Amino acid sequence: MSCLQTIQDYGLRSVGYGERLLPKDDFTLCQQFTLIGSGMIWNIYFGVIALIFGFVFANALALAKGTQNPLLRKPAEWFIFIFRGSPLFVQFFFGYFLFLSLKSVAPVFAPLSAAWLGALVVLFLNTAAYSGEIFYGALRSIPRGDVEAADAYGLSGWTRFRRVIWPTMMRLAWPAYTNEAIFLFHATTLVFFSGFPAWQQRGDALYYASYFADKTFNPFVPYPILAGYFILLTLVVIGTYGMINRHLNRHLPQEHRRRIRVRPQIIR
Amino acid sequence: MFSYCADPDTLSGLSWLSCYLTTGKHMMLYYSLGTVLLLLAITAPAALAFGFMGAMSARTRAPFSWFGKAYIALVRGIPDIAFFLFFVIALDQLFEWMRHKALCPDWDQPIRQGNDFVVCDAAKLPLSNASQWVHEVYGFSLAVLTFAIVFGAFAANVLYGAMRAVPRGQMETAEAYGMSQRQSFWRVLVPQMWVYALPGLSNLWMVLIKATPLLFLLGVEDIVYWSRELGGSKTARFTAYPHADWRMWYFFGLLVFYLLFTKFSEVVLERIMARLTHGQATSGGEAQRKATI
Repeated sequence: MSCLQTIQDYGLRSVGYGERLLPKDDFTLCQQFTLIGSGMIWNIYFGVIALIFGFVFANALALAKGTQNPLLRKPAEWFIFIFRGSPLFVQFFFGYFLFLSLKSVAPVFAPLSAAWLGALVVLFLNTAAYSGEIFYGALRSIPRGDVEAADAYGLSGWTRFRRVIWPTMMRLAWPAYTNEAIFLFHATTLVFFSGFPAWQQRGDALYYASYFADKTFNPFVPYPILAGYFILLTLVVIGTYGMINRHLNRHLPQEHRRRIRVRPQIIR
Repeated sequence: MFSYCADPDTLSGLSWLSCYLTTGKHMMLYYSLGTVLLLLAITAPAALAFGFMGAMSARTRAPFSWFGKAYIALVRGIPDIAFFLFFVIALDQLFEWMRHKALCPDWDQPIRQGNDFVVCDAAKLPLSNASQWVHEVYGFSLAVLTFAIVFGAFAANVLYGAMRAVPRGQMETAEAYGMSQRQSFWRVLVPQMWVYALPGLSNLWMVLIKATPLLFLLGVEDIVYWSRELGGSKTARFTAYPHADWRMWYFFGLLVFYLLFTKFSEVVLERIMARLTHGQATSGGEAQRKATI
């Protein structure tokens, strides 16, 4: 069977198109590349959607944590503490079993116990908490001069926030937020190992990599393939966020711009 | 456990719960909490040692520094879970392969036969006639080694940064006193780098705590395993304590356990940091000095 045929059969296997059965023996390199790459669709899906929704919620969380009003501040603080203080792995398990019991109460919640929605919700809440904390830190380190200058121009309220505070907050938070995005993509590999079932063997990249490692008893092929895909994905993320970072810093003289440094410090 | 637990059917309310929570299987759950703490107690110093070697290697000259830098760089791009799953099998095969080479020199068949990894019986780890606890200890030590390798890379990154953060003047002074490279490294650089390393290392400690449930993926019977086992619905046929699906509550308990654990560590680490920054020429030390005046 040629490699092109394999790509046709298994290229979209992780979303349910193509061959129904996974290869059973005589695994070729092409099959491993194709299936693991097909699994990356899920990793990208979880990462991108959770990041987009998480970004909006994280802004709200950061502002809520920064206000004086305890009715807003306390819930935001607790939310961030709970999601940052406990392992994502346990959150996944807890979320899955919570959704299962919700499902038995009302059938409306049935989609939540499937990975595509349930795991997405957990990832969304988790990344919102982590990015919320990053944005909150940036909010607190906005230079006083910037705010005073805005006051001097007669800006106040929403206009001041939209024109001065929010752009500065983004600019300061962006390098740390880039790391958060990278590690969110890494965290998506946990989904199918934490309770959420891979329905009809439609799993993510790590799911297929460990499938091959289990079948061939040879970890030295599938995991490096997975690693290669993830390094590519990480480079894409760094490139995209670097472009946004340049855009955010475009008004600054060259030497004042904050460079993005990749730090392996946030796994959950 | 308690004397009134002899007939669970007659119990209700709190006394039922107290009996239920002290069954033999629940003892295994509490015991596996100890496993987590043991893992942390072994892994933290081991990872620090790995990290220290990695950072030292990254500071040396070109061909040797590549090893350290590659070690640090690998964890940046690749999910840590992939490392965990990879190393557990890879290390196991590496050990068996080495023992195979040493113990069975006259073995002539290939080790990789299709989808099988075949070594001679004497080289199997653990030996096929070994008792259950040997298997458990072996599995656990593989897990510890895996954790140490992965977190060693994180620690190497932190320590490498900390070594570079020590003011250049300090090293120049050491050279001016006529110290050799080795002396200035051990007597000047290493004692001073810890204050720069501590924020990163305490972050790493938190990350390490939150990585402990991944033991489950490495095949160790840890708290996640037992929570799943105990929480699943039980019918009266198989147990004296039948209940519905309680896994949600078990994992809620785990969540609370980890929250308390991380909060506690945070408080302790803040104290250590306050003590270490005392009198240091960093912004933290400066703030402390100003506060006391």
